[in-house]
Amino acid sequence: MKGSITLDTVPSNTFALITSINADGPTRRRLLDLGLVPGTRVEVLQRSPMGDPVAYNIRGAVIALRKEESSQVQTSR
Amino acid sequence: MSSPIRQLLDEAAKSCPNQNEVRDNIVKSIYSSAENITSNTQYVEDKKSTDWSRKIDNILTSPIWGFPIMLALLTTVFWITIAGANVPSSMLATGLFWIEDRLTEVFMALNAPGWLRGFLVTGVYRSLAWVVSVMLPPMAIFFPIFTLLEDLGYLPRVAFNMDRFFKKAGAHGKQALTMSMGFGCNAAGIISCRIIESPRERLIAILTNNFVPCNGRFPILIALATIFIGGSVAASISSIIATLTVAGLVVFGITITLFISWLLSKTLLKGVPSSFTLELPPYRKPKIGEVIVRSILDRTIFVLTRAMIIAAPAGGIVWIMANTMVGDTSLLAAFASWLNPFAQLMGMDGFILTAFILGLPANEIVFPILIMSYISGSGMLELSSLEALRHLLVDENGWTWLTALCTMVFALCHWPCGTTLYTIQKEQHSWYWTFLAIAIPTAVGIVTCMIINLLAKGFGLV
Amino acid sequence: MGLTYQSTGITSRENFNITCISNEPVIALAGNPNTGKSTLFNALTGLRQHTGNWPGKTVLQSKGTYIYNTRKYLVVDLPGTYSLLANSVEEEVARDFICFAKPEVTIVVVDSTCMERNLNMVLQVMEITSNVIVCLNLIDEARRKKIQIDTEKLSRTLGIPVIPTAARNKEGIEELMNTTNKLISGQIKPRPNLVKYDKKLEDAILHLESKIKPLLGDELSTRWIALRLLDRDTKLISALEDFYDKHKILEMSKEVMA
Ligand SMILES: Nc1nc2c(ncn2[C@@H]2O[C@H](COP(=O)(O)OP(=O)(O)OP(=O)(O)O)[C@@H](O)[C@H]2O)c(=O)[nH]1
Ligand SMILES: [Mg+2]
Repeated sequence: MKGSITLDTVPSNTFALITSINADGPTRRRLLDLGLVPGTRVEVLQRSPMGDPVAYNIRGAVIALRKEESSQVQTSR
Repeated sequence: MSSPIRQLLDEAAKSCPNQNEVRDNIVKSIYSSAENITSNTQYVEDKKSTDWSRKIDNILTSPIWGFPIMLALLTTVFWITIAGANVPSSMLATGLFWIEDRLTEVFMALNAPGWLRGFLVTGVYRSLAWVVSVMLPPMAIFFPIFTLLEDLGYLPRVAFNMDRFFKKAGAHGKQALTMSMGFGCNAAGIISCRIIESPRERLIAILTNNFVPCNGRFPILIALATIFIGGSVAASISSIIATLTVAGLVVFGITITLFISWLLSKTLLKGVPSSFTLELPPYRKPKIGEVIVRSILDRTIFVLTRAMIIAAPAGGIVWIMANTMVGDTSLLAAFASWLNPFAQLMGMDGFILTAFILGLPANEIVFPILIMSYISGSGMLELSSLEALRHLLVDENGWTWLTALCTMVFALCHWPCGTTLYTIQKEQHSWYWTFLAIAIPTAVGIVTCMIINLLAKGFGLV
Repeated sequence: MGLTYQSTGITSRENFNITCISNEPVIALAGNPNTGKSTLFNALTGLRQHTGNWPGKTVLQSKGTYIYNTRKYLVVDLPGTYSLLANSVEEEVARDFICFAKPEVTIVVVDSTCMERNLNMVLQVMEITSNVIVCLNLIDEARRKKIQIDTEKLSRTLGIPVIPTAARNKEGIEELMNTTNKLISGQIKPRPNLVKYDKKLEDAILHLESKIKPLLGDELSTRWIALRLLDRDTKLISALEDFYDKHKILEMSKEVMA
């Protein structure tokens, strides 16, 4: 899909729309449970001092994800 | 034969074969219901109100300020604790040792036998007095400040900042939270490791929790840093130097934690980091009055009571050991001199190592035991100030800054206390891991002390 | 020794370290992490569980009691979870407790400043049991952030009681106790409006439900079990097999008695 990037590459202080989760098994379940369901708008907040993890505003809560997880979340801008 | 439940499961699988699709559907429907309900029942008056949490986070987790602020906060907390505890500590000591004199007089007046007075006053009472005067003030200051930081919401930010290091070490970012709990009490730190889901990473956190000095070991660090490191510079900056020493030791402990975690995840606990998600809750204003009252009443008194319960009998036993003669030396002295050659290699002496061993039930009593064993070998009767303590250690027992440093390092890196070991055994049900929880920090302590000792002596620094 | 509560039932509470000598009603506190469950627990019971502003503070399940209108209640502080779909140990603990220990009331503690996320848990609990109360905690924080919640409407939409509280200031506790009491005595009868899934899923649920009923009776919510079967929740399924065995034995003994 054009303009489709994974969540970890979305720059800070911008929004992204979740389109799909690429993971399977427990990781997929955990990400879904956090509210990362397709159609959700997520705001990318600050990066930790070393660049990873990154904090996201997901449905009203600030949640930090490591690159390993956020790279499995497909988004469109 | 498959159970009826399994048959139902097969049926379910037949009607909806794509598992991911089912889960997606369920979660999506629930969330969109929640979304609908929320938008119908909730009104946000002014959407543009300042989001303080975000503003604060931008500073506390920034690439430039994140780590300096963390270090500064750590140091400030220690500084307030050390500087603030100084005066009340010596006041308590004066008061409690005044009572000891009165107790002695009472026993004399009653014509009580010398051994009874020795056992109860010099043994039991004196170690209680030491535990109270050395431990109470720092705890009464440290616990409330720490609880305030916790209630404010700072701890998850520490985990957020530090996660990268833990990931590199093959460990879990929430290990930073369990370490924070370890500052209060390592046994509590071990229990809090349950927040780490993956068994491998939880074990790493458990095995390394002891590298954070708990409140039982903190006073040893504070007292020695104040006497030996702070005491060697001008009085005006002595508490700052002492603080930096303690903070330096804690940073050393964190470094060792990361190193050992890395080593474990490369050897005994091989594996890749599991998934990590951490919520950063909004900062909340703590109820300051309540926090102070609660943390003093609940935590301080609790820890102190526990320490006293152990210190009283331990004090008695040490007094007996110090006064039971084997040939022409006491049992305690004999044991200490047997350990002495080994202890000397580590920059300490036999009595210090003996105190650490006898202090297994609780680290709080290590220092009282040490003092008692030194005193019983000297003509000294009273010990009511840090100055007197300095005299006892330096002039009568030949301590140098190197002795102090090695003792501090060993206090930071040695076997966990009895309660912590019991907790580890209970959490893991495994003698193997409990044994490693003893072996790892002890080995680190022995090796580090030997290196420091060799280097210092080799370069002629002492 | 007297009969312990529900000692004849299948859903034995002893498995959850809960032994009530008399028939004290059991109240479970569930909810997302860091929503003030332990603070509410303390406010209800007068105990002093550790609280702290970070998710995951409570790792040990704690119990306490309180007395309201001369009646004694047992409160259980469950670990905080984002959902009950059992991906983690805490979620499993919380879910098994609500499902198998069958507390008389489950209070879902909700962060009022973050409703949407928290309702997710509420809706899931409602699928397991209808004896649910929503506790809109941290209402003081919501006020400070100028968030207004129409509790009446929320209660109507969900079909269950909704009580705003500020547990740390002991605000709303009395009303929460009162509502709990009313629910247990039957003065309030919650009728939860459950989440509707898409047609295909709903059909599958309906079909499975008709087969679950004869097997397991109606001690557990059949709709919820159907959903878990469709979701292939293996942990729950093995728990269910246990449940089924006990259920069968009980049914058989009933027949023998008759
Ligand atoms: N302002 C305000 N703060 C509250 C209220 N209730 C709880 N808090 C604070 O919120 C934080 C979290 O409270 P806890 O009771 O520890 O939360 P919990 O739900 O038990 O959290 P977990 O055990 O981690 O799941 C603490 O710092 C409390 O002081 C409230 O009604 N108002
Ligand atoms: Mg709690």
